Amino acid sequence: MLHTVNKSSFERNSLQSCVNTIDDSSVILLIEDGVISCTNNANLPMIASLAAEGRVYALQGDVDARGVSSKVADNIKLVDYAGFVDLVVEHGATVSWV
Amino acid sequence: MKISIQINEGPYQHQASDTAYQFAKAAIEKGHEIFRVFFYHDGVNNASRFTIPPQDDRNIVKLWADLRQSDGSDIDKVVCVAAALRRGMLDESESSKNGLEGNNIHPSFRISGLGQLIEAGIQSDRLVVFGD
Repeated sequence: MLHTVNKSSFERNSLQSCVNTIDDSSVILLIEDGVISCTNNANLPMIASLAAEGRVYALQGDVDARGVSSKVADNIKLVDYAGFVDLVVEHGATVSWV
Repeated sequence: MKISIQINEGPYQHQASDTAYQFAKAAIEKGHEIFRVFFYHDGVNNASRFTIPPQDDRNIVKLWADLRQSDGSDIDKVVCVAAALRRGMLDESESSKNGLEGNNIHPSFRISGLGQLIEAGIQSDRLVVFGD
């Protein structure tokens, strides 16, 4: 499954809830304010192992719009909207964490 | 692939409608079909035909109204009736039914019920939700 998270982990605990819940085949796409959670400043151990497995994506446009492009943590895969569509197509059902 | 979209937030207040639009546009460019866009909760405000943003800003209502499938056909855009009526979003039929004058739903959107969302979930390969 694809799980989108649209809130910063400084604002809500939706990313933590998502990470605690998802199965081994799921991937996470950070969108809107959710992209803050993949920056080095956030330094979130909660997504580190998932990112190391290549299972955390972030929407490039939202990263750029928030001026954090240079701070995106290693192993985070950046995608554009076409990449977002591909993730939706490839991963079955989509769950939106808000 | 058939993709449906649910939008739960109004324009300009939340990024949901912008994100959903960019997603829908990218999906169409990739050859997918947008089976339906369902506007729910404050998302019904995306259907106001009286929206007038500043000239240098995007017109979200018009962007949705002008969006077409890759073959040029219309995209079904449904506004939840209960969510719309309680926010004063009316089409001609609901307006006269309730003894009111005037209506504000853009003609490229239509008012209908939650059954349309359920049907979108059944008929589409994917349903993607945007908003809070």
